[in-house]
Amino acid sequence: MEFFKYTKTFNFMGKSKLAMIFSIVLVLASYGVLLTKGLNYGVDFAGGTIVQVKYDTTAPIKEMREKLKHDAIFENASITEFGSPDEVVIRMKTSTGSVTTDIGDVTREALKGTGNFEIRRVDIVGPKVGSELKEKGMMSLLLAIIGILIYVAFRFEWRFAVASIVALIHDVSIASGAIALVGLDVNLDVLAALLTLLGYSLNDTIIVFDRIREGVVKSRNVELADIINESITRTLARTTLTSLTTFFVVFTLFMFGGEIIHSFAFTLLVGIVVGTYSSIFVASPILLWFGFDVKNYHTKLAEKAKREAEKQRMRDQYESGVM
Amino acid sequence: MKLNYRIVIFALAIVFGIVFSVPSLLQTEQGKKVTLGLDLQGGLHMLLGVKTDEATKSRIKSIAASIKHFSDRKDILIDGLTFDEASVKFEVLDADDLTQVKEFLSEIEGVNINTNNLVLSLNLTPQEIVKTKKQAVDQAIETIRNRLDQFGLSEPIVARQGEEKILVELAGIKTQEEEQRARKLISRAAKLEMMAVDEARNARVNVMSDADAAEYGDVILSDVKDANRKYLIHEIPILEGGMLTNAAVGFDKNNRPLINFSLNAEGADIFGDFTGKNVGKRLAVVLDGKVYSAPNINERIGGGSGQISGNYTVMEAKDLAIALRSGALLAPIFLMEKRSVGPSLGADSIKASLIALVGGFVLVIIFMMVYYRLAGVVANIALIANLFILLAVMSLFGATLTLPGMAGIVLTVGMAVDANVIISERIRELIYEGKSMHKAIEEGYANAMSAILDANITTLIASVVLYVYGTGAIKGFAITMSIGILASMLTAILGTHGIYQMLESKINKTKDNKLWFGIKG
Repeated sequence: MEFFKYTKTFNFMGKSKLAMIFSIVLVLASYGVLLTKGLNYGVDFAGGTIVQVKYDTTAPIKEMREKLKHDAIFENASITEFGSPDEVVIRMKTSTGSVTTDIGDVTREALKGTGNFEIRRVDIVGPKVGSELKEKGMMSLLLAIIGILIYVAFRFEWRFAVASIVALIHDVSIASGAIALVGLDVNLDVLAALLTLLGYSLNDTIIVFDRIREGVVKSRNVELADIINESITRTLARTTLTSLTTFFVVFTLFMFGGEIIHSFAFTLLVGIVVGTYSSIFVASPILLWFGFDVKNYHTKLAEKAKREAEKQRMRDQYESGVM
Repeated sequence: MKLNYRIVIFALAIVFGIVFSVPSLLQTEQGKKVTLGLDLQGGLHMLLGVKTDEATKSRIKSIAASIKHFSDRKDILIDGLTFDEASVKFEVLDADDLTQVKEFLSEIEGVNINTNNLVLSLNLTPQEIVKTKKQAVDQAIETIRNRLDQFGLSEPIVARQGEEKILVELAGIKTQEEEQRARKLISRAAKLEMMAVDEARNARVNVMSDADAAEYGDVILSDVKDANRKYLIHEIPILEGGMLTNAAVGFDKNNRPLINFSLNAEGADIFGDFTGKNVGKRLAVVLDGKVYSAPNINERIGGGSGQISGNYTVMEAKDLAIALRSGALLAPIFLMEKRSVGPSLGADSIKASLIALVGGFVLVIIFMMVYYRLAGVVANIALIANLFILLAVMSLFGATLTLPGMAGIVLTVGMAVDANVIISERIRELIYEGKSMHKAIEEGYANAMSAILDANITTLIASVVLYVYGTGAIKGFAITMSIGILASMLTAILGTHGIYQMLESKINKTKDNKLWFGIKG
């Protein structure tokens, strides 16, 4: 089977202005959502308490609210359905520091008489741990981006590195915007998804860049836009296929992986789509606009090849004993 | 068919993968297995903090106790022995005793001594405070570990995290009661003190406030069985639980459980001295600030053993004995983070993630077969091998599989075929260019190599950062992702290449591009 048979080169760069406007609008909209609605930090980062309760039948949320009203601990607690109608989570912004008295026990006592239920999960994160996790999380995003930047700059050229980082920031921004828009709880798993997204989206970008590099080296054409167009067209099958297989598995994770993994899968789903798009329409045009000079690169490469050849000649001479 | 080094390595890798993943897959008795994370098997994860300020306070208190004991023994009259957060103060009444007292004080480590006429005050040095705080954390870790080792759960984890946090992980906690017991056992101060009842003023205890009591150097403590029953007790204890050598559950004549304890030689001495001098008065056995009993002293008690009777069940008595044996916590601990997952939720998570894994896996396998025909089958063999190797490596290292870790495996399935997609696309291109099958395969691999390497290394960079900065379950994700990527380099690049090389004569014979790579031509 073949979805994309290479017959002619598509003019991607011709559409790059349009794509750029689209991207800028999306990114700005994301920041708009992030600024107005904001990220909904979950207990991992904000600190607080989560109690997950599963009933035999549909959870009597109204009755639960009524019961929990009597205990000051549950003041301002939110009770929401979690994945299925018989499962709920109680979320509180407060956390207790006591080891012996446990909110799980308190909840069990308070909910007595609301039916047959089981307390399946209690998460308590103190404010100190929460802020530490947040700090570490930010740090890890930053470090991952810097690490990738250095690697790409080392393997390609600085313009490639900057272009891929812009694409990454584009992807993470839009994914974050989507998370804020849907109002997902931002916990450690969402952070992990964002970091995975960095690696994944960069995968796509690098495959395209690798082709561009190859094209620059091989082709006699010095028009970068043409080389880029051909490279993207040639890798189009791979880009879409891999995105497709990854999308398949993440989608099954999203559908069947259970409520706990939901936010993780959602973030990745958005990320895969945006990441695929950005490797074609964001990273490559930036390369073009940064004025990557094919001619210049050719001369540099020629010089490098010359030096290598010279070195090799020296080595051969040395090895054969002719000095 | 021709053997080549690639196929040999690949075959060895598959054998390795199968052999070492069998224990985990079939849950055999022997062999190293993957450990399930707390989020999958259920359990309790806690991050505890230590109130180190309390440790310095209790250090001061025990210095005060030793001064009191010294002066009693040597019949030195002192007055106004008081202490606060960081210092002890007292007055020597007879100037002749001053040198003797000073000599005794000079033996106490880590204090500055100030003399003002006959009034002496002791302060902990700043180094001593740091040392005491550090000791409190060390000791808390040691004590909690001792207690949990005796609790009866398999492989409890107690470890220091950062400067003064303690990580406690208890897998396999099945019931709420068990969790409650474990939490109580961990947090129990288990501070045993023998204290003297202030018989001169005890009659007025019910009309006294804490401040009144403090004026006499006393504290008001209540009975463990009846909170309304109060005792007025000298704040400075006669002896402390540190001198305990053993504690065990016993039974009284009504067959109610109690705790028998014995003291070391020093403790027995002090205990003997005190009881000898205070016949007719009461001695309070105080545990964690509650009076368990306050029997009359009928005669000098030598031998250094005693009992703590209370209103507890055998289970509680057992846990209490464990706590006493493991020693007191120098400073109270508090909860910084807690995550507890019930076993049923863990089982649900395993089920859900397995469905996702199998579902995603089947989708990818079918897709690859339909799209690439035999090339897809080759890629699928590599994918299956990848999963086995991933599981084998995790089993060998005893790595922990968490729910995010399962997600990492699912993601690996999606991304591991990436290399084969890239390679197959390259080979198709070369076939279209009219290259021979041999050339198409060799050049296809060569051309694809740099892209695959760069892509995998960048993903690896993100995974490593995640591992270093992630905590708990998230680390599990980083582990499966990293191993999955590394294994895919072996299976998807080297392994599939080996298969093609082995089958090359066959491919050349059939010359069927449609069958082999899913294209016409």
